[in-house]
Amino acid sequence: MNNRVVSEKPQAVYFYGTCLVDLFYPQAGISAIELLRREGVSVIYPQSQTCCGQPAWNSGYRDEALAVARAQLALFPRPIPVIIPSASCAGMMKVHYPALFRGQSDEATALNVAGRVYELTAFLVDVLDMRLTDLGDPVSVVVHTSCSARRELGVGDKLHTLLRQLRNVEILEPENSAECCGFGGTFAIKQPEISAAMTREKAATVRATGAQRLVSQDCGCLMNIGGAMEKQNQAMPGQHIAELLWERTKK
Amino acid sequence: MTTDFRSNVAQALKQDAVQTHFRTVVDRLRAHRQAALAGDAAFEQLRNRCAAIRADAIRRLPQLLEQFESKAQRNGIQVHWAETTLQANRIVLDIMQRHRATFLVKGKSMVSEEMGVNAFLQSHGIDCLETDLGEFIVQLAGEKPAHIIVPAIHKNRREIAHLMHGHFSELPYSEDIETLAQSARHFMRDKFHAASVGLTGVNFMVAETGTLCLVENEGNGRMCSTVPPVHIAVTGIEKVIARLDDLPPLLNLLTRSATGQPITAYVNMINSPRRPDDKDGPDEVHLILLDNGRSRIAGDPELLKTLHCIRCGACINHCPVYRQIGGHAYGTVIPGPIGAILEPQKQGLDAATGELPQASTLCGACAEVCPVRIPIPAIINRLRWESVRKNQQSQNSRPVVPGAGSRRRPLEAAIWKIWAWCCSHPGIYNRLTKLATRLRNRLPAGMGAWTVARKAPKPARSTLHESLRTMDIDHE
Repeated sequence: MNNRVVSEKPQAVYFYGTCLVDLFYPQAGISAIELLRREGVSVIYPQSQTCCGQPAWNSGYRDEALAVARAQLALFPRPIPVIIPSASCAGMMKVHYPALFRGQSDEATALNVAGRVYELTAFLVDVLDMRLTDLGDPVSVVVHTSCSARRELGVGDKLHTLLRQLRNVEILEPENSAECCGFGGTFAIKQPEISAAMTREKAATVRATGAQRLVSQDCGCLMNIGGAMEKQNQAMPGQHIAELLWERTKK
Repeated sequence: MTTDFRSNVAQALKQDAVQTHFRTVVDRLRAHRQAALAGDAAFEQLRNRCAAIRADAIRRLPQLLEQFESKAQRNGIQVHWAETTLQANRIVLDIMQRHRATFLVKGKSMVSEEMGVNAFLQSHGIDCLETDLGEFIVQLAGEKPAHIIVPAIHKNRREIAHLMHGHFSELPYSEDIETLAQSARHFMRDKFHAASVGLTGVNFMVAETGTLCLVENEGNGRMCSTVPPVHIAVTGIEKVIARLDDLPPLLNLLTRSATGQPITAYVNMINSPRRPDDKDGPDEVHLILLDNGRSRIAGDPELLKTLHCIRCGACINHCPVYRQIGGHAYGTVIPGPIGAILEPQKQGLDAATGELPQASTLCGACAEVCPVRIPIPAIINRLRWESVRKNQQSQNSRPVVPGAGSRRRPLEAAIWKIWAWCCSHPGIYNRLTKLATRLRNRLPAGMGAWTVARKAPKPARSTLHESLRTMDIDHE
C-alpha cells in the first residue's frame, strides 16, 4: 500500500462520488462532502464524472474499462487529493489504474491520479485527523468492513477509528467478519447461486448481532447485504459511514 | 461428477449438511493456521524470503531442472521426463511391467491425481492402493479428493465408519477415529510388504543436491518409498528449488500454512536408491517429471507466478467460495482459488474449467494468506480478460493461454460496449441516471439473478450530480 500521506491538510480536494452513490446513495456523497467542508477543506465535484470502470475491468473487458477510466482521468488536473467514498472504487483507481494504463500514452497521468486517490475514511483519519463529538441518541451499529478496505487498501480499521469517537454508538462485529459478503460486482450476476449463499450467510451473521443499523465504507456491500435482509423481510437500515458520521455530529 | 461448474454448484448448494460440514472444517483449518502464526513477528519476512526463493526457482526453471537432473542421476535416481500425463502414465506402466508388478501402493500425490494414474493402471490390470488415510477413504468411496491437503474433507466420521465397515465387514462397526485408523493401518501393513512398487509425490526437488523432499504425517509416504524394491516419485517440473538452504524456510511456511503444524511428523529426504550400507530402501528410485502445460505457463511473466505455489491449501481454506461449495464442484484435480487459476491455464479457457476464473468475488482472502504471495486475484483478472479478449488469430503466434477469446459472447460484448459508451459520455450518463430516478417507483421488482436472493435497489429521488448542483461547491 503506497497510501502517500499528505503531510499538511490540503486546502481543496476533488470528490469522486462513484456511480453507485450517484444513483442509489447520494446522501452518502453529500454527507462526505459536508464532513470534508467542516474540516476546512473545499470540495470540487467534477460534474463530468461517471464510473471508475471497475465493472468492465473485473469482467475482462479491458478496452471498455480503459475508455471509461480515461474519461475520468481528465477530471483531476490540479495536484490535489481525489477523495472517494468507496474502498472498492478507490482501489480501482489507486491499485488497478496503473495496471490498466500500463503502456498507454496517458500512463503517467494515470499514475499521477492513482497516487492522489484516497478512500474517504482513510483521508478523514490519516490526513485530516478528524475529531468528532457525538450528538446523537444511543444506537448500536454492526460494521461490515469491505474486502477492498480490509485487504486491497489496508484501511479497514479507519472506520472503527472514526466510530469509536462517538460515545453513544455501540460497535458490533458480525461473526466471521473478514469474510466477503458475496457481492463481487458482476460475480453476483455470473454466479448467482454462490453469491446468494454467501450473502445469506453474511446477512444472518449481521442480523445475529442484534444491531439497529448496518454500517460500511462501501455501498456495494450495503446494497447486497441490505437487499438480502429486505428480501427475507428482516430489513436492517444500512448506512454509509459518512452518512452516519454527519447525521450524528452536525450541529 | 459432471464437469459443468454451474450445475455442480447447484448440486453442492442443495446439500445443506455438506455445506455446514465444509464450513465447520475450513473454519477449523483457518483457526489452526492462525494459532500457528500468532506472535510470530518474523512471519512476513519469512513470506518474503520464500516468495523470493520460489520466484528465483521458476525464473531459472530450465537451468535448475538440468542441474537437478544431473545431480539426481549421479546419485542413482533414474529421471524420466513426461510432456503429457499420458506419457507419465506410460512410464509408470513400463516400470511396473518390467518388474512384473501387478500391484502399486501409493502415497498421497496430487500429480498422480492429475495423471489419473489409478484408472490408467487399472485399465492395464494393475491395482493401486491409496495408503494416505484420507486418500484411502476417498478411494473406498469411489470419489476424488475434495481438498489437496485433506482429501476426505467432505466426509464426516459416520460416513467414514460406514465406508470402512462396508469394505471390511469382518471388523466391528466403530466411529472411534483411533479404531478406524488402526483398522486401516492393519490392513495396509501387509500391502506395503507385498507390493513391489511404491509411488509417491514430491514436495520439493533440490537442484544443488538432487534430493527429493516429501512431507507427510502418517508414515505411509516413507513406507511407500522405502519398503517396496522400486520407488516411483512423480512431480510437476515447478517443484524444483535451487539450494538445500531454501528448504527449511519453505517447510516452515508450508506446514504452518497448511495445517498449522510447526513441522510434519515425517520429513523424507530421498537422495538415492539403497546403498550397500543402508538398512532399508528401494533398489531403484525413479522420478517422473511432468510438464503438462507448466513450461508454457512459465513463459508468461505474469502467469508464471501460478507456478510459485507450494500446495499448502491455505487459499482453499480461506476462500469464501470454496467454503460454500466444497471441492468437488470445481470439477478439477486442484480446487479453490489456486485451482481456479491453474486448471484453466492447463486445460484451456474453452474447457469446462474455463468457467473457474468467474468463481471469485476478488475478495483477496487467497492472496492475503498465500505464503509465497501469489497474486491470485490479479491472475483471475488476467484470465477473465484472456477469456473474452478479441481473437488474436491474425497474429501467427499461439495464444499464451489455450482457448483465449473462446468465452467472448456477442451479446455480452455489445452490452459492455454500450455501457462504456454511456459512461464515457457524461451527458448520456446523466440523462440515463436522471431517467432512472424518475422511474424509481416503476422499475421492475425482479432483476434477474440479483433478485433471487435480494430486493432490487431503488434509485434515489435525485442523483448526487443533481443534488450537488444546488449546493455551493465548485463543479469545475
